[in-house]
Amino acid sequence: MSIEWIIRIVVEYWPMFLRGAGVTLLIALIGTVFGALIGLLSGVLRTIPMPEKGSKRLLLKVVNLILSAYIEFFRGTPMIVQAMVIFYGAAMAFGYQMDPLIAGIVIVSINTGAYMAEIVRGGIISVDQGQYEAAQAIGMNHVQTMMNVVLPQVIRNILPATGNQFIINIKDTAVLSVISISELFFQTNSIAGNNFRYFESFFVVCIIYFIMTYTVTLILRYIERRMDGPANYVIAGEMDTAEDIKRKTTGA
Amino acid sequence: MAERRDEKMSTVVDIQGLSKSFGSHEVLKDINFSVNKGEVVTIIGSSGSGKSTLLRCVNLLEKPSGGQIIYNGENILDDKHNVHQYRKNLGMVFQSFNLFNNHNVLGNCVVGQIKVLKRSKEEAEKVAKKYLHVVGMDAYVEAKPRQLSGGQKQRVAIARALSMEPDVMLFDEPTSALDPEMVGEVLKVMKELAGTGLTMLIVTHEMEFAREVSDRVVFMDKGVIAEEGTPEQIFNAPQKDRTKEFLQRTRK
Ligand SMILES: Nc1ncnc2c1ncn2[C@@H]1O[C@H](COP(=O)(O)OP(=O)(O)OP(=O)(O)O)[C@@H](O)[C@H]1O
Ligand SMILES: [Mg+2]
Repeated sequence: MSIEWIIRIVVEYWPMFLRGAGVTLLIALIGTVFGALIGLLSGVLRTIPMPEKGSKRLLLKVVNLILSAYIEFFRGTPMIVQAMVIFYGAAMAFGYQMDPLIAGIVIVSINTGAYMAEIVRGGIISVDQGQYEAAQAIGMNHVQTMMNVVLPQVIRNILPATGNQFIINIKDTAVLSVISISELFFQTNSIAGNNFRYFESFFVVCIIYFIMTYTVTLILRYIERRMDGPANYVIAGEMDTAEDIKRKTTGA
Repeated sequence: MAERRDEKMSTVVDIQGLSKSFGSHEVLKDINFSVNKGEVVTIIGSSGSGKSTLLRCVNLLEKPSGGQIIYNGENILDDKHNVHQYRKNLGMVFQSFNLFNNHNVLGNCVVGQIKVLKRSKEEAEKVAKKYLHVVGMDAYVEAKPRQLSGGQKQRVAIARALSMEPDVMLFDEPTSALDPEMVGEVLKVMKELAGTGLTMLIVTHEMEFAREVSDRVVFMDKGVIAEEGTPEQIFNAPQKDRTKEFLQRTRK
C-alpha cells in the first residue's frame, strides 16, 4: 500500500532528505545572491552613459561586448550542459576534480547572473529619468547616483523577479545531480534505488520541494511589505492639524 | 544687494554665444546673458521657445553645442572641468519635482549634502531642517514623497536644492504640474526666497509672479533672446512686436 510506504520512506530516510534539502537550499540561496550581485554589477556597467570619445569609450565598449556575450551565451544554453562543460572542463584544464558543491554554486551563480543582468537592466531603465536628473543636478556622479538613488529603487523593483529566480534555482538544482552533487534530487534517486519505491520516494520529494518554494514565496512577500514601509507617516509633534502647521511656519 | 544694483554687479554665471542643437534641429541660437549675485531673473516665452533647454544647459543636464559658460571666471565647458563639481553650486527645481522616491522628506534634503558636500549627518540634518522650515515642510520629515501633495513635493524639492546652499537656484516651471489651488503655496515660498537676496533664475508661465519678483525679465522666442529688461520695460512697454504678441496672448 502506497501510503504505508510513503510513511516508511519518510521515517526511514528523513536524514537523507534533510541533507539533500539543505544542499539544494544552500546552492540555490548562494547562487541567487551571487547571481543577483553579478546582475547588479553588470546592469550598472551596461547603463553607464557612453562617453563621446577617448580610451574610456573603448574600454566601456569592450566591457559591454563581453557582458553581452556572457548573457547571451548562458541564457542560450541549458544549465545541465553548462554543468557538464564546466565541471569536466575544469578537471581537464587544471587536472583536478572541483568540489562538486563548489562547482554547483559557481554554475548556478553564473547562470542566475546572466538572467539577473537583464532583469536589473530593465529595472534601471524603468526608474524615472527625473530621478537621475535630480541626482545629477545636486552634483552626484554616476556611482553616487546609482548607489544612493537608482539602485535602492531597482532593488525594490527587481525583488519579485529575484524571488522568482530563487524559486527556479531551488527546482533547477535538480539537474546538478549529473555531476554527483548530493542535493535533494540526487538523494531521492539513491533512496528510490535502494527500495525500488520510485513513486512513493518522488512523491515525498515533490512535497518537500513545494514546501521549500512556497515558504520562500511567503518570506519574500513579507520582505516586500517591509520595504514599502508603513502606509502612513507621523507628522512631527504628532496630531498637528494643517492649521497648526501653518501657524508654526508663519511664526504666528 | 539692492544698494549695489547700479554698480557693476558680480556675475554668478555668464553665458556667451551659447547654442544647442538636437540633431539638425537648432533649439538655441547665440544666447548671451548673465545672472548677477542676488538677482532674480525670469525667463518667459511661448512653449517650445527653448526656455527649459537653456536652463538645462546652464547646469549641463544638456550639453551645449557651442559657446561658453563662465563660472568663477572659468569656462566650465572646457574638458578639464568637472561637471559634478560645478553642479553642486547650482540648485535645480524641476517641473515634475523628481523627489528621490527611496528617501523620505529629510533623506531627500540630506543625501546630497552627505555624499556630495561630505557634510556630517548631524550637520546635514540641521541644515535640511532649517530649509524645510523655510518652505513650511519641517513637520513632514518622516513622510515619503508618494504621501505628499504636489505642492508639498515641490516645496520639499526647493528645500532639497537650498540644502546644498548653491550660488544660484534654477527653477524650470515649478508650478506647471500643480493643481491651481497649490500654485499659490509654491509661489509664496519663492517670493519669500527672492526677498532674502537669493540668486534665482526662473522659467515660468506665471506672468503676475514674474512681474512681481523679477529684477530682470528675459523673453525668449524661437531659440533666441528676443527682448530683455526690467519687468516694467517688458510688461508695460515692450519694444519688439514678438514680445507684444506674446503678452497679448497670455493676457487673454
Ligand atoms: N531631448 C530632446 N531631443 C530633441 N528635441 C528636443 C529635446 N528637448 C527639447 N527639444 C526641442 O527643443 C525645443 C525647445 O524645447 P524646450 O523644452 O526648451 O521648450 P520650452 O520653452 O521649455 O517649452 P515649454 O514652455 O513647453 O516647456 C522644442 O522644439 C523641443 O521639441
Ligand atoms: Mg519647458
